[in-house]
Amino acid sequence: MKVLVPVKRVIDYNVKVRVKADSSGVDLANVKMSMNPFDEISVEEAVRLKEKGKASEVVVVSIGPAQASETIRTALAMGADRGILVKTEGEVEPLAVAKILKAICEAEKPGLAILGKQAIDDDSNQTGQMLAALLGWAQGTFAHNLELDETSATIEREIDGGLQTVKVKLPAVMTTDLRLNEPRYASLPNIMKAKKKPIDEKTAADYGVDTTPRLKVLKVTEPPKRQAGIKVKTAAELVEKLKNEAGVI
Amino acid sequence: MAALVIAEHTNTALKDATAKTVTAASQLGGPVHVLVAGQGCAAAAEEARKLSGVETVLVADSPLYAKMLAEPMEALLLSLADKYDALLAPATTNGKNYMPRVAAKLDVPQISEILAVEGPNTFRRPIYAGNAIQTIEAPSGKKVITVRTTGFKAADGGGSAALQQVPAAADPGLSSFVNEELSKSDRPELTAAKIIISGGRGMQSGDNFHLLDRIADKLHAAVGASRAAVDAGFVPNDYQVGQTGKVVAPELYIAVGISGAIQHLAGMKDSKVIAAINKDEEAPIFQVADYGLVADLFKAVPEFEEALTKAGY
Ligand SMILES: Cc1cc2nc3c(=O)[nH]c(=O)nc-3n(C[C@H](O)[C@H](O)[C@H](O)COP(=O)(O)OP(=O)(O)OC[C@H]3O[C@@H](n4cnc5c(N)ncnc54)[C@H](O)[C@@H]3O)c2cc1C
Ligand SMILES: Cc1cc2nc3c(=O)[nH]c(=O)nc-3n(C[C@H](O)[C@H](O)[C@H](O)COP(=O)(O)OP(=O)(O)OC[C@H]3O[C@@H](n4cnc5c(N)ncnc54)[C@H](O)[C@@H]3O)c2cc1C
Repeated sequence: MKVLVPVKRVIDYNVKVRVKADSSGVDLANVKMSMNPFDEISVEEAVRLKEKGKASEVVVVSIGPAQASETIRTALAMGADRGILVKTEGEVEPLAVAKILKAICEAEKPGLAILGKQAIDDDSNQTGQMLAALLGWAQGTFAHNLELDETSATIEREIDGGLQTVKVKLPAVMTTDLRLNEPRYASLPNIMKAKKKPIDEKTAADYGVDTTPRLKVLKVTEPPKRQAGIKVKTAAELVEKLKNEAGVI
Repeated sequence: MAALVIAEHTNTALKDATAKTVTAASQLGGPVHVLVAGQGCAAAAEEARKLSGVETVLVADSPLYAKMLAEPMEALLLSLADKYDALLAPATTNGKNYMPRVAAKLDVPQISEILAVEGPNTFRRPIYAGNAIQTIEAPSGKKVITVRTTGFKAADGGGSAALQQVPAAADPGLSSFVNEELSKSDRPELTAAKIIISGGRGMQSGDNFHLLDRIADKLHAAVGASRAAVDAGFVPNDYQVGQTGKVVAPELYIAVGISGAIQHLAGMKDSKVIAAINKDEEAPIFQVADYGLVADLFKAVPEFEEALTKAGY
């Protein structure tokens, strides 16, 4: 079966973002961009499925600016087979992303689509679930473990109280959580090989999707800053401060 | 602007997250209904009736909703959505699981993890791990919202809402529940606790978390962890506090052997008071801590326990 993996280009997780002085957004000029960390986990899982003979082909998709092709190349270097770049300008909301992915799923007919549980920039945590709903497919979100057979997937999920296992019919959508696997680093030969793998270029219009945002960002501001407090010298002093000064114990 | 709050509950009891979501819903300015979907959930529905500001409690009691799986929840919510201008769920793993499906089917954007209601169409929400706060305006029309419960106080008791049974929707037949491994603990839940003590990689092993357990028992605290401690297998996944774990805002958060990475801070920096124990005085956690103790935790934590005992805890 074919596996589809949407990957998003986001600000690198090590970068501390700065809000622009005019409150119009965050400053993304010259900051390091990388693949969303959850999407690396998705690519790894898909490539492992291929290595185990459970997947026939791994197709990665990114929706974004021209530079998102770098993110696709990273996935190809990890072992994915080919890419689709849907070029868009400006921000694309999760619902529009899901509509584009729906059209791609209808054309590519994957048995499984693996997405990240959230993108670390916008932290929406919606795209996979929206895609599943639009296709009328089942979903296994926040995946901790996957067992795949021909017609179903058994997915262990990280939930608030612990772990939950569900069985879903295929085709289905899975979203990945942190502990599903540890993504590999691409080797130099594989990075070279990835340069020859095909990337198809499309636009949102090719799929008939209007990407105009529906939510209007009025402003983006800094959260209230916390001041560093004081250092105490002993554990006994800590208890004393928490009790008598802060009054929280 | 009628709002429907989808309750988070255990069938036998309502969770605190529900009462907080009711507060957010009330701020939209219209009548508030609560949906309790579950199996054998009469007791939870009874608790929901008492929340002040709630007009009606809808009960969908069926084996289909026993585990609130996303596909049957989507069908149920779509069968009710016509009557409401807004649907709100707490941003728990349940709410995050089914709500985007409903938004997609209604063809509206989901407004994720709101921290504040500024007006009927205007909300504040965190982005970039809470390093920026966005004020957004949604189009008028139906809204699908998840609520970051640390942003809202729980609605009081003292209400007496009407009770109304609603029929189950057709079973989509796409998914089934297999099993669950829930962490058992007599301690308060992380997201509801007034005091939390969390351990990081510095704890070195799962066994060493007993040092924190002993403090937690004295202070009626919950125990949390950094991602590094969970990844290392010291404690289960549901202990993780942070951008991609649980977001907490207790009265007191004590970080032990945690460096204070942005992803961790994202989950706890709205705590009222933060205390940190770390042997590295340069650790970023000290930049947000009200009280910092630079010390080896294996010495400092037992001393902390002893000092608590002396102080009568
Ligand atoms: C300052 C700012 C504010 C924004 N505000 C909003 C807002 O309020 N509401 C809103 O809906 N959007 C908003 N956006 C747009 C947002 O950044 C994303 O482009 C889009 O919303 C996708 O959401 P997400 O990445 O958080 O999705 P998530 O649901 O968190 O992403 C999960 C997964 O979906 C897949 N995926 C998501 N996007 C893509 C993509 N482009 N290509 C391929 N795969 C993808 C990936 O597998 C990813 O791991 C905002 C953007 C910025 C920079
Ligand atoms: C996509 C993504 C999502 C993430 N989500 C989260 C998240 O939700 N939550 C989260 O926590 N992290 C998250 N992280 C990980 C985060 O970046 C950090 O790696 C993690 O928080 C570090 O955990 P730590 O502080 O326990 O470990 P470290 O950074 O290794 O710090 C250990 C600390 O313990 C101290 N120490 C060691 N020994 C002792 C001793 N004997 N006495 C006293 N102090 C001692 C050290 O000085 C050090 O400061 C995420 C990362 C990514 C990429």
